[in-house]
Amino acid sequence: MTLHEYHQSGDRILHGWRFPVLNLAHAHFIFKMAAVQGGLVDAVEEKDIKTEPSNDSGGNNNAGEARLLSPSPGSSASAGSAKSTTGAPEDQSTLLAVLQFLKKNKLTESVDILRREAGLPEDVLDSKGTDSSGAGSGAAADSADAAGGDASSLLSRVTGSSSAPAPAPTKAPGEDQPDVNVVLSAYSQQGDPALYGVYYNGLKRFIESVLDCHRAELSQLFYPLFVHMYLELVYNNHENEAKVFFEKFSGDQECYYADDLRVLSSLTKKEHMRGNETLLDFRTSKFVLRISRDSYQLLKRHLQERQNNQIWNIIQEHLYIDIFDGMPRSKSQIDAMSGSLAGEAKREANKAKVYYGLLKEPEIELPLDDEDEEAENEEGKPKKKKPKKDSMGSKSKKQDPNAPSQTRIPLPELKDSDKLDKIMYMKEATKRIRLAPDNLPSICFYSFLNAYQGLTAVDFTDDSSLIAGGFADSTVRVWSVTPKKLRKVKSAADLNLIDKESDDVLERIMDEKTASESKILYGHSGPVYGISFSPDRNYLLSSSEDGTIRLWSLQTFTCLVGYKGHNYPVWDTQFSPHGYYFISGGHDRVARLWATDHYQPLRMFSGHLADITCTRFHPNSNYVATGSSDRTIRLWDVLSGNCVRIFTGHKGPIHALAFSPNGKYLASGATDGRVLLWDIGHGLMIGELKGHTDTIYSLKFSRDGEILASGSMDYTVRLWNAMKAYDDLETDDFTATTGHVHLQDNSQELLLGTYMTKSTPVIHLHFTRRNLLLAAGAYNP
Amino acid sequence: MADREERRFAEVSRDSVKLMAESAGLELGDDVAALLAEDVCYRLREAAQSSSQFMRHAKRRKLTVEDFNRALRWSNVEAVCGYGAQDALPFRSVKEGELFFVEDRDINLVELALATNIPKGCAETMVRVNVSYLDGKGNLEPQGTVPSAVQTLSDDLLKYYQQITRAILGDDAHLMKVALLDLQSNSKIAALLPYFVYVISGVKSVSHDLEQLNRLLHMVKSLVQNPYLYLGSYVRSLVSSVMYCILEPLAASINPLNDHWTLRDYAALLLSHIFWTHGDLVSGLYHQILLSLQKVLSDPVRPLCSHYGAVVGLHALGWKAVERVLFPHLPAYWANLQAVLDDYSVSNGQVKADGHKVYGAILVAVERLLKMKALSLSQPAEGGAGGQSGSVVGGLGYRVSSPGLSPPPEPLSEAALGIASHLQAGGAGCPWEEWTPVPLPDMYTELYSFFGDSLAVRFSTGPGFGSYPPFTPAQLGEARKDPPGPASNPETTRKMPQLTANLNISPRQDGSPRTDPPPPSLAATGSGRSLARSSSSSSTSSVQRSKSSSSRSGQRSASLSREVFPKSRFTSPQTGPPAFTFLIGGRQMGRRCQGRRPFQTTFAPTPPLSAVPPRAYAHKLPVIGRVGKPVRRWACSHYSLYLPL
Repeated sequence: MTLHEYHQSGDRILHGWRFPVLNLAHAHFIFKMAAVQGGLVDAVEEKDIKTEPSNDSGGNNNAGEARLLSPSPGSSASAGSAKSTTGAPEDQSTLLAVLQFLKKNKLTESVDILRREAGLPEDVLDSKGTDSSGAGSGAAADSADAAGGDASSLLSRVTGSSSAPAPAPTKAPGEDQPDVNVVLSAYSQQGDPALYGVYYNGLKRFIESVLDCHRAELSQLFYPLFVHMYLELVYNNHENEAKVFFEKFSGDQECYYADDLRVLSSLTKKEHMRGNETLLDFRTSKFVLRISRDSYQLLKRHLQERQNNQIWNIIQEHLYIDIFDGMPRSKSQIDAMSGSLAGEAKREANKAKVYYGLLKEPEIELPLDDEDEEAENEEGKPKKKKPKKDSMGSKSKKQDPNAPSQTRIPLPELKDSDKLDKIMYMKEATKRIRLAPDNLPSICFYSFLNAYQGLTAVDFTDDSSLIAGGFADSTVRVWSVTPKKLRKVKSAADLNLIDKESDDVLERIMDEKTASESKILYGHSGPVYGISFSPDRNYLLSSSEDGTIRLWSLQTFTCLVGYKGHNYPVWDTQFSPHGYYFISGGHDRVARLWATDHYQPLRMFSGHLADITCTRFHPNSNYVATGSSDRTIRLWDVLSGNCVRIFTGHKGPIHALAFSPNGKYLASGATDGRVLLWDIGHGLMIGELKGHTDTIYSLKFSRDGEILASGSMDYTVRLWNAMKAYDDLETDDFTATTGHVHLQDNSQELLLGTYMTKSTPVIHLHFTRRNLLLAAGAYNP
Repeated sequence: MADREERRFAEVSRDSVKLMAESAGLELGDDVAALLAEDVCYRLREAAQSSSQFMRHAKRRKLTVEDFNRALRWSNVEAVCGYGAQDALPFRSVKEGELFFVEDRDINLVELALATNIPKGCAETMVRVNVSYLDGKGNLEPQGTVPSAVQTLSDDLLKYYQQITRAILGDDAHLMKVALLDLQSNSKIAALLPYFVYVISGVKSVSHDLEQLNRLLHMVKSLVQNPYLYLGSYVRSLVSSVMYCILEPLAASINPLNDHWTLRDYAALLLSHIFWTHGDLVSGLYHQILLSLQKVLSDPVRPLCSHYGAVVGLHALGWKAVERVLFPHLPAYWANLQAVLDDYSVSNGQVKADGHKVYGAILVAVERLLKMKALSLSQPAEGGAGGQSGSVVGGLGYRVSSPGLSPPPEPLSEAALGIASHLQAGGAGCPWEEWTPVPLPDMYTELYSFFGDSLAVRFSTGPGFGSYPPFTPAQLGEARKDPPGPASNPETTRKMPQLTANLNISPRQDGSPRTDPPPPSLAATGSGRSLARSSSSSSTSSVQRSKSSSSRSGQRSASLSREVFPKSRFTSPQTGPPAFTFLIGGRQMGRRCQGRRPFQTTFAPTPPLSAVPPRAYAHKLPVIGRVGKPVRRWACSHYSLYLPL
């Protein structure tokens, strides 16, 4: 097989994926029609799903195994991007590792497909030996060594896929026991347990004696070293020494690691290590530190002088030191970025280009817009064109250089109703209040009364006409916020009686008898943690503790599909801003991208070291952001499935994410009560908003992006001056190359207002199209 | 280390493990127990750790048993049952041994299952919205208390407000008068208006106390008359308070000794007053009021005092309101009233007395209706002179009756007479197009069928009728003044005889009061008062007749219309009415307003008379247990109908 051919095959795979999706937009339409006409799914749709090749291989896996390994999308993607580095032995071994795994799990069909596509000979696997776990760790080791532009994207994928199986044993004990042993065996090296404290103390004394500028950087070593030394002691059954060691040095650690330390302190036996997730997170990923070259040299010289092999080994094996040239960072700079479970993000992890610009808005005739104009203008014709260009033309005419190409992700075609809605949106947008620090939005609070069963999730439709709540009693309730009542579509028998030619057929299909202010959707068997309306207001998604995501029709108020795959609680789900796709993430640490008409996910994004707690789509639908309990935020490319950004800095699980309307910025809120602002294009933290005293559950930018609203458990809504946050940073000396931003502590200047609720946690925020801020929460006396 | 751990975690001691093992029938060695205890602790911490995740995602601060059970379930451990209750578990100790335990009472399931007091499902989950912060600025004062403006009131105003309300609602009558006067003339109390309106709206809470109601109404009057106050939309609130006094079956009216009738009259007067002076402030209010009055009137369940209020209210709103609402409803209402009036049982005595009140009120109302309608029809017919004179009279009367008020613009075609004309003008602003008025003769015929000759009696009695006590000097003065006004005008002088001429000519009118024998029913009940009354009425009618006949000869030739009238009255009703009504209006205009109250006090005996001629509606009466009566009455009416002819 020539290189060229391989190239082509890679392309074909990618196109092969894209094409059916275009078809599926059609299927989607049919599907919808079927839903409207009584909820039956046509055979046509089934057939269309079958035409999707890449998904088939995933479909052959049974769900449990599919979870462990990123299936078809991952493998096709790796094959696809392998074109740039074909021939490299690392890739070969990666492929082999994957093959091995597939074979081990008796996924022979997938093995065949992969082998065929990678052009590997039939016997290559047998000749390579059968230790699959060895191959896996080999791949991981390779990934650590390799560096450089294109390879890095591949590597992150490989590490992602190789790290994914590792956490699995905690949930499926017995299945992957050997892997854990391999992982843990790294601790088996023996040293004198009594000397651990001495070593650590020696390092501590050294770091305290170095110049101030280096001390802060080298202090980063304390925590990972402490953890790994402690674990080594525990693993080697030196329980008492471990306890003493912990007692002696745990007080030195940064306060933001307190949660992890608590978990560690309870871990005193080798037997307990096996099932402990936190431990596995430490083992499966290298703790990343960023240290300037000078500081690193200093450390290296010291360790060599002292012949301190114990520490040197740990650094070599469990730590990844990302060395940069330049000024050592200050303590505050380091503190801003650290706190995550696995250290900071590697610099190259945030180097990939992200097309954060917005997609061009489709051209829509604006006939309705003229009504107002014509009153003033007699000759309506010339005037008619102008407002159209002004309102949307200026933005859409010239393509944003940072925007992805319009067809990068196949998006569903706009229906007539969507166009009408867009027109409505534009009309509303003209009446939008321009917010500014001296012109703050009015806030309306939607209180859920008598929600004794526990309100767990809330969502508004974009036009603020509907509000939905997910409850701990497994129900989903939808309310109409406007006087327009919620009505079901008539039964199939009644629908037959309708004159289908009439103009108001859409009105006639509704059953007036069912009109009510609210509807209850029953179907889940566990608390509903995530809820999301489709942009066209026809569907509602809900994700639940029962491991499923359900798609509900808001025409018939019935469940249409239950998407299974997570198998563990699904913490959050969200529709793409363009509809059709949706993202979900949960306890299994994998975020999944779905299309409404596929019962299998299109993409699986694995890489987080702990639960994915919240998921958000980028406004251009090309990226998704996920926040996790590992205290990192990752941005994933929907097209390739790659992780293109890792943001660290939060000191607690992330529970809220929000993209700015222009797609440039991301805001995140966590249990630590801080809101962080991120520049997606540069991959930098650009703001830290301190003020909340409890978990932030909701974030939202105003429609124009000037104001950021945050809602928290501490019964307040706070408004922040987002514009000022961007501006303040841009005036700074901006060193994008190192990414070491010096943040001012200007939270108080950026805070525009704090608004108390009446003992009601704010769990959702929404800006109406006219920039009225809606907040929601359950009042529980 | 150990200390710290103990602070952080709950420990399960070795002894506890041994104890539990024993209870399960196992014997454990010390070291085994120690190992197990440690492991149990670790597992517990692990479960607690993962259960906190469920708590966080449920957006709660409190870790529940449910959260813990979920964590257990996901780690393939059986969930703990029986601790899901929300209330705290009592933790007890036993003194003898150092034993602590959670109290776990036995629950009798049978009792629980058969319990009848099943708790109702808790209230429905719902979403309610409130604007919490407007333009980023909060409404910081707690809701449900005094509005924020009260804080902005100066101390002086606050003191004034307290003094005034105390004085008005207090015991000192003199103080009250002073306060009311000040309220009527003070120019600096605009800021207090909402509070006074609020106080007045308290009528609903003092409906048992006529005195307080009266005082509050006086307060309304003072506010309305204060020329410096712009009532704005508070008119609506004032009107609703006044309407409450007019229409509601006040608690005070349970006791027949309470003169709530007077209160209603006063309130109605006040209503007309408000309308006349401030009716333009709230559009559509007039119609709303009419509708609510109509609703009360058409609701047979309401007590008679409410009906009385409705009639009085309509009367106060002007003859057009009466024509529009009361007149069309009369046939239906009459049946009910008749039933009340015909019940001569002792138990019905009070109700019957109330019925008479209503009857009287209706009579006064329709009487003026007839007069005013006649006047309004006659004036255009008579031409410019008559119209002008009417307006002049109206202006006069208005000024007298409501001093201190600016004269409202009046349509010339409308008769403007006293307070009634105010109302009428107020009513004229409302759309009447959809309603086709009944021609006067028809109206008269119909009304006559109800009231019989008592209608005629009313016509004949003049303002200075001796049996009526003087109302107020002002009103009397007004009444007295009216004649001079018209007197200068030949038209009015002409009207007087025409009335009497009409009376003479009309076969029904001149026949019934005199010639009708008292109905048997009247005699049977033996009501001395009514007998006396009937005799007096007959005497008045005779007096009146003699009067009228004497004046008639002098007046007859004075007016052309009068010449036409007697013939057209019977030949072509369409042309007749103007002349007919004209003369009635001229006669009655002065006393219409003052008349009702005296009329009430003296009117009680009229029902027998009215019972005489229900020729058209007798068959509509409810015939429950008294089959004989309608027949008898039929005979009577027959009699009354034919005898004069």
